[in-house]
Amino acid sequence: MAGFEFFGEGLPDIDLAELKGKLIVLEGTDGVGRSTHITLLKQWLENHGHAVLDTGMTRSALAGKRLKQAKEGHTLGGITMSLFYATDFADRLENEIIPALRAGFVVLTDRYIYSLMARAIVRGADPEWLHEVYGFALRPDAIFYLRVQIDDLVTRVLQSTGFDYWESGMDMHMGEDMYESFVRYQKFLLSEFDKMVETHGFEIVDASGSVEEVFENLRERVDRVVARNGYRL
Amino acid sequence: MAGGMKMYGKHRFPGRLFIVEGIDGSGKSTQLSLLKKWLEAEGYVVYLSEWNSSPLVHEVTKRGKKKKMLTPITFSLIHATDFGDRTEHDIIPPMKAGAVVLADRYIYTAFARDVVRGVSPKWVRDLYAFAVKPTVAFYFRTPLDVAMKRILGGRDAIKYYEAGMDLGLSDDIEESFRLFQSRIIDEYEKMVDEFSLVAVDATRSIEEQQAEVRRIVSDTLTGTKKTMVRRWLDLNSLARGSRI
Repeated sequence: MAGFEFFGEGLPDIDLAELKGKLIVLEGTDGVGRSTHITLLKQWLENHGHAVLDTGMTRSALAGKRLKQAKEGHTLGGITMSLFYATDFADRLENEIIPALRAGFVVLTDRYIYSLMARAIVRGADPEWLHEVYGFALRPDAIFYLRVQIDDLVTRVLQSTGFDYWESGMDMHMGEDMYESFVRYQKFLLSEFDKMVETHGFEIVDASGSVEEVFENLRERVDRVVARNGYRL
Repeated sequence: MAGGMKMYGKHRFPGRLFIVEGIDGSGKSTQLSLLKKWLEAEGYVVYLSEWNSSPLVHEVTKRGKKKKMLTPITFSLIHATDFGDRTEHDIIPPMKAGAVVLADRYIYTAFARDVVRGVSPKWVRDLYAFAVKPTVAFYFRTPLDVAMKRILGGRDAIKYYEAGMDLGLSDDIEESFRLFQSRIIDEYEKMVDEFSLVAVDATRSIEEQQAEVRRIVSDTLTGTKKTMVRRWLDLNSLARGSRI
């Protein structure tokens, strides 16, 4: 079994050989159903005897709450925002993800550094700089990229939560209104994700079908990753 | 997309940036406040930016420290976040406007502290690559014993992270502080050449140090904006027939 690797420089004092679990990432833009599938996958994995940790952005004990508040104020600059997210991520990586992997859990994460990098790049951050900053991150066992076309995305978002200020990139004044801005912003994110397919080894999962269809597809892929451990039940 | 990110040494602003570095008790804050008084009296628009000053991030830092939640990486990142906010709000706008910006501690503090905590020197330097390069970076070079005397004489108890207690160097806070600060000094010394820090001998009198600082600063101020208030005062005094 190939072990974990760091993205770049790595964390001090971590023995990667101790990490026995699996790290599985769901990536994709707003409204593609990531959180629904995380919930379903967690239940399914637990039913099959795997211990599961699910985690996602802005959930760290250290910075999560403040980060949400900071977003409400809309006062953060692009660099500050990127670094605040990196802090939140590092806290979760060190205090939740790594301990869980050490204990042999399957870690399901709703977004990972790829979303953080894509958002930061849209806001003007230098891609190489982001690469260096996130050098302490672990390379996941698999990255499932839930992908839909932009038209689909608009319909989905309208049917669920409506346009969110940040998810519409309103802080960058990208369009005359929320709709225009949302479309331009999400298109930009999609193109950033598409670029990452090759460089970071994303597996594209067509998310345009029904929840059942998409889940079926994901479940097979997750099963393969977990089975690589040899502890399939 | 949004204008592109400028890296260290690549910013081009009409303003000036002077920063002070050194261990606790080196006297750098005293020197900076004297410099500020002088620059203001000379009529420059002066803006002071302090380490850990971003209100937004401050609470996270404070809580993280109080509850001892910080690891070397999160310690480093939360300070970089704070510094990012300072850069975007406190440093770049006044520099664009042609002001003189003064900073008590800068990225070199982070480089020294974080590396002592075991973070990779390359990583932390990359992390802060967005920082504006100072016009002059002063390093107040102080032997540890001198600094220790100044600190232990005149202030409240040393705090947990300040003493590097998280490194487990010693259970005794004063001893830990001493060991931690001596490693910080080693890091500063390595940076003198790397970042062309201007080393000031901080064992000399306050006046001698300040004279040196002012001389170096004034050499870099050609073409820097002075305040309208000052001009108004000048005209006013002229009108009243008094000398300035």
